[in-house]
Amino acid sequence: MKYSVFSLIRNTLSGHRNWAPAWRAPEPKTSYDVVIVGGGGHGLSTAYYLAKEHGLTNVAVLEKGWLGSGNIGRNTTIIRSNYMLPGNNPFYEWSMKLWEGLEQDFNFNAMVSQRGVLNLCHTDAQRDAFARRGNAMRIDGVDAELLDAQDVREMYPFFDFDSPRFPIKGGLLQRRGGTVRHDAVAWGYARGADSRGVDIIQNCEVTGIRIDNGKVTGVDTSRGFIGCSKLGLAAAGNSSEVAALAGMKLPIESHVLQAFVSEGLKPYIDGVVTFGAGHFYVSQSDKGGLVFGGDLDGYNSYARRGNLPMVEHVIEAGVAMIPGLARVRVLRSWGGIMDMSMDGSPIIDKTHIDGLYLNCGWCYGGFKATPASGWCFAHTIARDEAHGLNAAFRLNRFRRGYMIDEKGQGATPNLH
Amino acid sequence: MTSFRLEKGGLIDRAASLSFSFDGKGFTGHPGDTLASALIANGVHLMGRSFKYHRPRGVISAGSSEPNALVELREGARQEANTRATMIELYEGLVAKSQNRWPSLAFDVGAINSLAASMFVAGFYYKTFMWPKSFWEKIYEPLIRRAAGLGSAAKEADPDKYEKAYAHGDLLVIGSGPAGLMAALTAARLGARVILADEGTRLGGSLLFENEEIDGKSGLDWANSAIAELASMPNVTLMPRTTVFGWYDGNIFGAVERVNDHVLAPSPYEPRQRYWRVIAKRAVLAVGAEERPIVFGGNDVPGVMLASAMRAYANRYAAAAGKAAVVFTNNDSGYRTARDMRTHGVRVEVIVDSRADSRVEAGGVPVIRGRKIVDVKGGKGVAGIELDDHMHIGCDTVAMSGGWSPIVNLACHRGARPKWDATIAGFVPPDTGESFVAAGSAAGRMLLSECLADGAAKGGGKPSDAPKCRDETYAIKALWWVKESKTKAFVDYQNDVSVKDLPLAAREGYSDIELVKRYTTTGMATDQGKLGNVNAIAILAEATGKTIEQVGTTTFRPYYTPVAFGAFAGPFVGRHFQPTRKTPLSDWAEEQGAVFVETGLWMRSSWFPRADEDWLASATREVLATRSGVGICDVSTLGKIDVQGKDAGAFLDKLYCNTFSTLPVGKARYGLMLREDGIVFDDGTTSRLADDHFLMTTTTANAARVMSHMEFCHQALWPDLDVQYVSVTEQWGQMAVAGPRSRATLQKIVDGVTLNDETVPYMAAKELTILGGIPARLFRISFSGEHAYELAVPADYANMAARALMQAGEEFGIVPYGVEALSIMRIEKGHVAGGELNGTTTAADLGLGKMMSTKKDYIGRMMAMREGLTDANRQCVVGIRPFHRSDRLRSGSHFLKRGDAPSIANDQGYITSVAFSPMLGQWVGLALLANGRARIGEMVKIFDGLRGIHQYGVICEPMHFDRENARLHA
Amino acid sequence: MLIKCPHCGARPVEEYTFLGDARPQRPTSNDPSTMEQWFDYVYLRDNPKGRFDEYVQHSGGCRAWLVVSRNTATHEIHGTVTARDWTKSRQGAKA
Ligand SMILES: Cc1cc2nc3c(=O)[nH]c(=O)nc-3n(C[C@H](O)[C@H](O)[C@H](O)COP(=O)(O)OP(=O)(O)OC[C@H]3O[C@@H](n4cnc5c(N)ncnc54)[C@H](O)[C@@H]3O)c2cc1C
Ligand SMILES: [Zn+2]
Repeated sequence: MKYSVFSLIRNTLSGHRNWAPAWRAPEPKTSYDVVIVGGGGHGLSTAYYLAKEHGLTNVAVLEKGWLGSGNIGRNTTIIRSNYMLPGNNPFYEWSMKLWEGLEQDFNFNAMVSQRGVLNLCHTDAQRDAFARRGNAMRIDGVDAELLDAQDVREMYPFFDFDSPRFPIKGGLLQRRGGTVRHDAVAWGYARGADSRGVDIIQNCEVTGIRIDNGKVTGVDTSRGFIGCSKLGLAAAGNSSEVAALAGMKLPIESHVLQAFVSEGLKPYIDGVVTFGAGHFYVSQSDKGGLVFGGDLDGYNSYARRGNLPMVEHVIEAGVAMIPGLARVRVLRSWGGIMDMSMDGSPIIDKTHIDGLYLNCGWCYGGFKATPASGWCFAHTIARDEAHGLNAAFRLNRFRRGYMIDEKGQGATPNLH
Repeated sequence: MTSFRLEKGGLIDRAASLSFSFDGKGFTGHPGDTLASALIANGVHLMGRSFKYHRPRGVISAGSSEPNALVELREGARQEANTRATMIELYEGLVAKSQNRWPSLAFDVGAINSLAASMFVAGFYYKTFMWPKSFWEKIYEPLIRRAAGLGSAAKEADPDKYEKAYAHGDLLVIGSGPAGLMAALTAARLGARVILADEGTRLGGSLLFENEEIDGKSGLDWANSAIAELASMPNVTLMPRTTVFGWYDGNIFGAVERVNDHVLAPSPYEPRQRYWRVIAKRAVLAVGAEERPIVFGGNDVPGVMLASAMRAYANRYAAAAGKAAVVFTNNDSGYRTARDMRTHGVRVEVIVDSRADSRVEAGGVPVIRGRKIVDVKGGKGVAGIELDDHMHIGCDTVAMSGGWSPIVNLACHRGARPKWDATIAGFVPPDTGESFVAAGSAAGRMLLSECLADGAAKGGGKPSDAPKCRDETYAIKALWWVKESKTKAFVDYQNDVSVKDLPLAAREGYSDIELVKRYTTTGMATDQGKLGNVNAIAILAEATGKTIEQVGTTTFRPYYTPVAFGAFAGPFVGRHFQPTRKTPLSDWAEEQGAVFVETGLWMRSSWFPRADEDWLASATREVLATRSGVGICDVSTLGKIDVQGKDAGAFLDKLYCNTFSTLPVGKARYGLMLREDGIVFDDGTTSRLADDHFLMTTTTANAARVMSHMEFCHQALWPDLDVQYVSVTEQWGQMAVAGPRSRATLQKIVDGVTLNDETVPYMAAKELTILGGIPARLFRISFSGEHAYELAVPADYANMAARALMQAGEEFGIVPYGVEALSIMRIEKGHVAGGELNGTTTAADLGLGKMMSTKKDYIGRMMAMREGLTDANRQCVVGIRPFHRSDRLRSGSHFLKRGDAPSIANDQGYITSVAFSPMLGQWVGLALLANGRARIGEMVKIFDGLRGIHQYGVICEPMHFDRENARLHA
Repeated sequence: MLIKCPHCGARPVEEYTFLGDARPQRPTSNDPSTMEQWFDYVYLRDNPKGRFDEYVQHSGGCRAWLVVSRNTATHEIHGTVTARDWTKSRQGAKA
């Protein structure tokens, strides 16, 4: 059933009794051509593009919880393509282009909102780093603007320009950056994949990976064995646990990242802004809540919750940036488990095991990558080779020394 | 206006009256009132509008779970959005406005949404607003945003202050009702250090409004004597107005104390709120239970409220919700409202008890059993009700009781899920171990005697320690929603989720409770589903053919009630956001007119303008004066680490890629440290002061990280090394003295040494005294490329030494120079710094590959050998000059080969640092360029799309000036 | 979270800095044939859900590096030793 204002009116007239389910709840078949582990954004978009771009529809997505229960449903919804390294930039820009046509493509309003992403800078060195980044974007045709303090002040006069500890000197603005309603992305892809024949199986945890003669033959799950000739892992924060089922050890650590939402407010802040002198970034959702976050708690964790020191740390930075926030109230906080890689960049690759493919290492930036990640992973699985866009996201880059380290922090995941 | 203030009773001070305004209209109330109770007493029920349909709404509760009566409180910079009228203590001069309505609360244009309500079902917006594409951002979304949100918040800085505090105790009791008081009393009498916190204005919990009898007294009297006893004990801390909002690892609780929210403006010596971290050995959750609404048609008409709220308004605040009430209940507790209201002289038309077989004493109020309310008549106030047998009853207020939900929130904050208890029809807290236990009705105990006994037991005593009391009966037969209702029946009031939205979501595939929540937004409002969630779960259970247990709850997370940002930020705002570090030379620099710049936490002197020089003119003059005479610069921020011990040399050999164990005593050497992944970590000059004594310097930025890295390497990797080290960054003031006259200047202040190439040769490190006995260290090292020194003196002597140097150098035209001039000179000399040491460059990239020893193990040695780190095409440091001499260079510009079109594939590298070289009279820079060293002399395109500047440049050696280093040795 | 430092007692988590897994051991050879061991040491992690021994520095206290045994799923802390003792006992075990 196509969604549109007409279908809405039609269904209103029939008392909303005739809406078709957005996806089926199928029983798992005994085997599939491709099984994807993880019903998060990346797993679902992979299935969608496998079906749509590669005609592979005998596909199942296995999700241990409910659809979108992982990071896709708990991130701070920011999309941007302001990366500077050659391995990253074209990939994220492709993702941005996919976002720009996504809702019409999968016929679901995911509220893609290009409200602009502004990163503030507070020192000359930061500004120089932004100039480097901005020019790396511009050189490849990606939009970027370098703002001075006055420009920022005109956009956001209520930031602290009067008595800051670290004066705002300017910022890097990507106007095409913005936010997207995160759950709707999972739902839109799920519905799109389902309508093309993909089985989305919830409450189905993968507990074993069967490998025969160096080739994947299927997975053991909480709902029995499911055979497959190709297996794609897209388990985000649980990547190490799942890869271990195939005897693999990854360059990944799992860390908790907290996020927060304030009570609903009338329009307060228009775009997405990141503070440059502390860990704080914020945007306002369509419902009116200020959605914000900061840094990792810092310790390895699989618990989707954090502790008070980081809460204080983030909110101190928030009030330092916007003094008026002091009287706004924070409503809820939560946490998600980040698959932090050793260079801060992701992995989309084949593995040494025939038929086993890996998609992980998204750190706290994988939401924006959802469309391109699925698109590239689908390509990699269907063609058994990386697309040019994910050619740098190889697993062996660490062994070979071709890290993609935007932050320059090296093999210390909690610093990326 | 008629008064709904009761003649007698209540915990209000009738002798005093307070005036306040709501939506511009003046009212009066009494101390002890909340804004909600004062409005009710004035006959005002319409207090807000709902989120989606803008329906008129009144108060539902008398506490922190209130979803409807949210107001904008105070004005100007103190304006706060969404404050619960039920929690605002009335004060003189209070100003509040209703929100989410235009133009007025009584007439709200947004209510037109109500007409389209049949279309605006759960998730409708995911299905539309997609055409035409460009309309979403331009038209639909701005409209939605303006309509959404609730109150508006101030954008000015908050004039009030906040504090942070820590509390430690043996027992934290959360909640001061019967169970909490009993737990606190029992533990305190046993000698434990007890903290008793309650979100209410005064302690007592439900005893402040329920008619109870304990120990032969009224419940209130018993509570007051218990509180008095607690207050008299030195081991007890009482914390009223303190909301415990979260439970964290280590049995740490977060709490906010509303120190001054009950006054117009706090005294300048007091905070508005105080944020607490309470670290408790044990804690008792005695927060009671929340009454649930019943979902029936018109259950949101202003004047419909929880039965417990209605009696709280009457008993505690002496405010009658109406003149003629109806009670709708599925359990025994609704009867208390009927009896209490009658006692207060309010007419109670009838109790509608959905149970056919209940036998509760109704105190003379007529009871209709086995019936339900299907609809409430009225718009902005209640006009009457209709029962499922079509009977109409006139009334002006409705009390509803759908049973009680133990307030399990805090116990679930660390991941455990609550358990379903069918006898009370509610979820009870999970077992979270000994350190945090629930007591009383929070634990699902519905009788007063059970609550007191449980409190005594959880406080560490015996159940029999509790006093005797009178019990009310309690029984419930669940009724979640009235299926016969035809009109809109709300589950989540604030977000306007109606009973029909939930099955619709399930039919559409969003059948997990977590998906239902996200699709319909039920439970996502400012009350986080405190009132509506259990009803939603029950409705979903039926729609999906599951039990309530199978459906389960959504995740309980902090914050129990929303917390002001200011409380978390505490005093760390504005200039106090982070500490400010001043160098030992900052007084001197200030005297010299320095402009300071933030460098991490440090304030460094950046340039020293004369007259109306700008930074460039000033820095240029400073460079010229230094290179032609002598200049002095504060370099105290460099990290200084004193390393001593038999194995000090061996330790440094492991840390640096080059060798230090061979360094002669009295000499300094430039050292380069790698990370274990083979990338450059830090650099600096390290000197040997004695066989077993080195002084290491680090960059300003990495000082702390290097120290921590050393500690790790020593303690975790090589614990057997006999070495000790300590940061002495703050103990020494250090200044660079540079320029051809630096030696002559220094000569005047050093004691008893003739400075020459024998006594202090290039790279010498010498301990001596200056100014007649001040201990000092003199290093003949140079970052500027000049004949230069760094002089270090104990921090307290730093200003004095600098002043003396200024005097000594006067005849040579000495100038102070700042980090701008320092940076110009290092770029002229091609020395790498932060821009090049960017965490991705190797020693070879920096032109320092030869420093990497092949004779020893050191951090980073092996990983540096990987092919990617030795690839010839890596970007390495080169010099860059504009092709047109007069062009300016800008950091962050990229390079393209001359004929290439811009693209990231064609990107050759970028400019890392630039300076206007006063010596060369042009801009020069350093850059990272692919295979750069093979490209000296190449002309490249400089791409600066950000600033719209495109020019050509010529690659050159990094060292722009004095390539023979003649000046260094002059 | 509270971590008990063997020197300072129970202290709040913000006094500590976390480095990660304490199990991998730094290889001792610089022979090119040991490259795989080095790669494993620097880059690969078991990243267990459950009990985990990690390097933690009491950076806001006595500055000792510690090995904290903690459950990554529940954040429960089982014990703490100094990194010095940890390393020495591992070296002893090998000898
Ligand atoms: C607080 C927070 C804020 C963030 N903010 C942003 C942001 O603003 N912008 C941005 O770009 N990114 C952001 N991210 C990162 C982004 O959310 C993630 O990188 C991205 O969602 C990860 O991909 P995913 O959607 O596929 O992951 P997930 O949604 O986590 O999907 C993985 C799925 O695998 C399932 N799974 C795991 N193990 C198994 C198994 N054995 N069997 C079956 N299923 C299994 C999980 O249940 C899960 O549903 C944020 C993340 C968090 C936590
Ligand atoms: Zn310690």
